Amino acid sequence: MKHKNRLTLWVVFMTFIISTSLSWAENIVIKGSTTVLPIAQKVAEAYMALYPDVKISISGGGSGNGIKAIVDGTTDIADSSRFIKDSEVTMAVEKGQYPVPFSVAYDCIIPVVHPSNPIKDLTMNQLKAIYKGEVTNWNQVGGADLKIVVISRDTSSGTYEVWEEKIMKNERVFPGALLQASNGAVAQAVSKNKNALGYIGLGYLDKSVKALSVGNIAGSPETTLDGTFPISRPLYMFTNKWPAGELAKFMNYVVHPEKGQKLVKDAGFVPLY
Amino acid sequence: MIISSSKLKEQFMRYVFFIIATTSVAVLLMITIFLFTEGLPILKKVSIRAFIFGDYWYPTSDPADFGIFPLIMGSLSVTFISAIISIPLGVMTAIYLAEIASFRVREIVKPVVELLASLPSVVIGFFGMVLVAPFLQETFGIATGLNMFNASLMLAFMSVPTICSISEDALYSVPSSLKEASLALGATPLETIIRVTIPASLSGISTAIILGMSRAIGETMVVLMVAGGAAMVPSSIFDPVRPLPASIAAEMAEAPYRGDHYHALFATGIVLFIFTFLFNLIADHISYKYRQVGDATL
Repeated sequence: MKHKNRLTLWVVFMTFIISTSLSWAENIVIKGSTTVLPIAQKVAEAYMALYPDVKISISGGGSGNGIKAIVDGTTDIADSSRFIKDSEVTMAVEKGQYPVPFSVAYDCIIPVVHPSNPIKDLTMNQLKAIYKGEVTNWNQVGGADLKIVVISRDTSSGTYEVWEEKIMKNERVFPGALLQASNGAVAQAVSKNKNALGYIGLGYLDKSVKALSVGNIAGSPETTLDGTFPISRPLYMFTNKWPAGELAKFMNYVVHPEKGQKLVKDAGFVPLY
Repeated sequence: MIISSSKLKEQFMRYVFFIIATTSVAVLLMITIFLFTEGLPILKKVSIRAFIFGDYWYPTSDPADFGIFPLIMGSLSVTFISAIISIPLGVMTAIYLAEIASFRVREIVKPVVELLASLPSVVIGFFGMVLVAPFLQETFGIATGLNMFNASLMLAFMSVPTICSISEDALYSVPSSLKEASLALGATPLETIIRVTIPASLSGISTAIILGMSRAIGETMVVLMVAGGAAMVPSSIFDPVRPLPASIAAEMAEAPYRGDHYHALFATGIVLFIFTFLFNLIADHISYKYRQVGDATL
């Protein structure tokens, strides 16, 4: 009797060991851009809820680190908010890797003002001049005689990166710009200040702020996807070689219009379709 | 037998308490070491002078600028203005509570003031952002309500309980024989408070003020939410500023691990640590040097 008990215990124990080691086999590692991180997190959570035996571990570290991890073969998927550079491709090929890009979403940044502001449109150059601190009054761009309160994001955010790249053309935002630490905080600050000009991701737009068009093109999923809205960029996931097995299943889930892409929208980004 | 076992127990408890005490010291020491090992590597990229007195903070542009002078000025000016508001408020409340208020008023008001300390800082920050900022903007006709004055006001709210509570304890512990002697010599109650009670408890009040200010300089959430966050040296009290903790909190999450920006933020943390350390050192020194030794009637 005692022996039998011990035997059952052993069987249970061994099953446990085997099952855990099996689930270790189904392990996906994602590294890279913190901009893509919320997408990866949401999709991975949903995917793991659907397939409980798959473990997905996600970490940030920036686009450069993600792509470096693909080159070194230490990750399955690299998140990136930019396309891979030529030098990185060369490095990867030398190490026998073959990075494959998948665009998974679009990032679209909209300039916003207080709803009472009569301004409807600003050009790219006007936006740049305002953020450089050269234009300081709304009447210089066709508005009322009010000082412009410039609201920007913390320099390490992906949103700021887009702004710096597309609007500032890598020149500096002037030091007098106010800093807010999240899209939500920018929207909050703009909605409470009739002098303010800020920028937020398309997904964070609501009734409390007024969206501006840029060069007479309004930011929307359509203008982002057809490439006419200037302040937008695609976001990528890179895999090493064409994904196979569990990884292929996961990538299919990410780009599926009814599954992953719905979560992309929830995360505040523009889905591919 | 009985004696030796109780002695053993005594010995054992001694070690237990020793280990517990050294654990907290060791943890503190390790955090400090960590702070310095992560922060100092930035000095390979910029000189100490350029870091502390540099006028521009552009940690992610290329080439990057790591000058935290505007941030230091932001922290100091916000703390200074909040001290101007909170010292009179805190100390006078303490005097009222310790010397003037009736027992019943004291029993109600003191816990309420102390309850103010238990308000989460994010709540105070939100209050400043949503209610005070639009109010300031309308009242003073300024460009933005998210500025140095708003942040100072919110920080003053947070340091008043500290200042009030510790000052009150100091005032309360002044021996009654001192006050009675003063009154017996014909001094009015007001004269007694100003000439006797306050001087006798000055060390406690100074400690209270400095601890209150050290709370204000280290506070993060409030300044992140209401100070505005412009990295420039302020020229008016209605200018937006970016104090040191706000910069660290806003940027640390996404700074690449062990990159220059990461090290620069830790170095900013070192500067902040030095400020709060100095404040605490001064408070400690004052309370030690001017402490009341025994009863004054001796």
